[in-house]
Amino acid sequence: MTNSRPESRSPGMARRTFLQNLSAKLPGLIAFFALAKPGKAGADEPGGYDPEQHNYAMGIDIHKCIGCGRCADACKSENNVPRDEHFFRSWVERYVVTTDREAHVDSPNGGIDGFPALPDDTDILRSFFVPKLCNHCVKAPCVQVCPVGATFLSRDGVVLVDESYCVGCRYCIQACPYGARYLHPEKQVADKCTFCYHRLREGLLPACVEVCPTQARVFGEIGHKSSPLHRFLRFNEITQLKPYLNTEPKVYYAGADGEVI
Amino acid sequence: MTPILPLLLLTIPGAEGYIYPNEYELHWSIHIVLYPYLTGLVAGAFILASLEKVFNVKVLQPIYRLALITSLAFLIAAPLPLMAHLGHPERSPEMFLTPHTSSAMAMFGFVYAWYLMVVLLLEIWFDYRKDIVIWSRDKKGLIKYVYKVLTLGVTDISERAIAFDQKACKFITVLGIPSAFLLHGYVGFIFGSVKANPWWSSVLMPIVFLFSAIVSGIALVLLVYVITSLVRWRRISMPCLNKLAELLLYAMIIDLSLEMLDFIHRLYESEESIEILSKMISSRLFISLIVTQLLIGSALPVLTLIFARFGRLPDEMRRMFYFIAAILVQVGIFATRWNVVIGGQLFSKSLRGLTTYKLEFFGIEGLLAAVILLLLPVLFLWILAKLLPPWVPEDQPHDTGHRTREVDLPPGSLPSSGTV
Ligand code: SF4
Ligand code: SF4
Repeated sequence: MTNSRPESRSPGMARRTFLQNLSAKLPGLIAFFALAKPGKAGADEPGGYDPEQHNYAMGIDIHKCIGCGRCADACKSENNVPRDEHFFRSWVERYVVTTDREAHVDSPNGGIDGFPALPDDTDILRSFFVPKLCNHCVKAPCVQVCPVGATFLSRDGVVLVDESYCVGCRYCIQACPYGARYLHPEKQVADKCTFCYHRLREGLLPACVEVCPTQARVFGEIGHKSSPLHRFLRFNEITQLKPYLNTEPKVYYAGADGEVI
Repeated sequence: MTPILPLLLLTIPGAEGYIYPNEYELHWSIHIVLYPYLTGLVAGAFILASLEKVFNVKVLQPIYRLALITSLAFLIAAPLPLMAHLGHPERSPEMFLTPHTSSAMAMFGFVYAWYLMVVLLLEIWFDYRKDIVIWSRDKKGLIKYVYKVLTLGVTDISERAIAFDQKACKFITVLGIPSAFLLHGYVGFIFGSVKANPWWSSVLMPIVFLFSAIVSGIALVLLVYVITSLVRWRRISMPCLNKLAELLLYAMIIDLSLEMLDFIHRLYESEESIEILSKMISSRLFISLIVTQLLIGSALPVLTLIFARFGRLPDEMRRMFYFIAAILVQVGIFATRWNVVIGGQLFSKSLRGLTTYKLEFFGIEGLLAAVILLLLPVLFLWILAKLLPPWVPEDQPHDTGHRTREVDLPPGSLPSSGTV
């Protein structure tokens, strides 16, 4: 875990970005492909919605999450995620750290039905809940590996899957370091959290954010001073998941320590 | 895991420790094991064939054409398991039409097409052209027209034209070797570049894939050569077989050292994933990695080969040992692919738990389908061998002229002309 704020850029960054860009483009150049797929976000939308004006992100406050699982439940209802306990766009994990500093994690049915009570055990140091979802990585490995460009980064900073394009190869599921994706059993396409993209465009909040009784989830925009996310990022120690993989996740955790991966 | 909080660990059957909820099912099944296995055989068989052409390893001549069409038969079959595994196979042409250039997998179509169209088909065509022209004249019935089409209208078999064929053939082979390296190295890259997966993510992956491909290809051609000779009641050229066994041995030694290197490197680096990976190796992968891949599939055949090649043995015995070694090598390489593909999905990316692979029998991703997919290239090979006989008949020497005489003898009655 690092404490890097999203805005911060280290001095070595420019060179690194350049090298990364180069290494990302090289295979394409070698193969002489000028066929890169145009962005799919499309032309400017009706109704005055301008995707260029947005860069969505989420904050999650570990101290506030009580593990009620309502977010995971609301997500399934909102997005027609199969009710089976092995398909989730968003789920809640419980971490129990014992005095030997070992972390034990569980997430029965994604936390939707709550969690079984912990045994009366003096060995328990602390326990907390961590809601998880797609991190909408800026440098998303899932976007990089998709052979047909069905997984793409929209202009408003949300990673989406085009159902009508996905060939169901599951490369993206393998490439996501966070277990955020699953293969939709009926549609046979990759599926994952979209930040409730259909709601965002109506000016609504994601379902999980809306139902959270403790406001552990904060939704907002990067770079907008008026966004609640801005305050959240400013006044909390922020961590991201697996930052060493350089995926630049856009789900920011407050109060999550090194055990959370 | 300490025994505390056992209730936390009982949530998902078949799993141990914590796995992310979406990781319950393995996403890449046995078909994705078949895919690198088959492409490995293709690349290996082709590289073997090239040895004869480019480096003039004359003793290998009896298997040159056999290796080529074996390579082709397996290449035709290679994308089938991949297709069978797609959720939407009908959309797969998108990979050609709108490839996403940053994706390693999107390149598959192009690497594959290049290898099939430009390298293998062309090389086989140039190599067989003279024969095809002759067959299109001599044969009767429908097959005559098949050969007529196969000539592509080029029926000149003057000495000059044949000389050109040979030059072209050699040129394509030279082009083909890096292409074969590319084909399989590239398959390794598909896995090696997944940074989210510590079992796969390794720069050595393409190289290890390549050398195991060469190993499996040589062993395959050896098997095909021995079996087809027995079935056709032809004498097996012992110098050729000895050479194959030697090459197999050397390739295996390189392959094993590379794998060792990879292993030691991981241990030495001892990254955060080392704990869960060691646990996986000692529990879930013990049989397939330690027993099958390393002992049965590597150590045993290496010893057998050394013993058979350099020991004082009668030819018949030697042939049998080679044959057994080659079968063991196939088992070992299949296990290698299994351990990479399935092994890479048995541990959670949370690095906190292990899951199991539930292989079904029926169903599109089941064992039965996999066996059928594995037998298909054999069928293709049979058809190809009928259409383009790769055998070297004694009365019609192969164009390059340097052929050991083959005599029609039952396999039991061998003169001891054997070793080189
Ligand atoms: S969290 Fe996973 S699925 Fe989401 S953008 Fe990152 S890599 Fe892709
Ligand atoms: S499963 Fe679909 S979205 Fe994922 S990489 Fe394959 S084609 Fe792209």
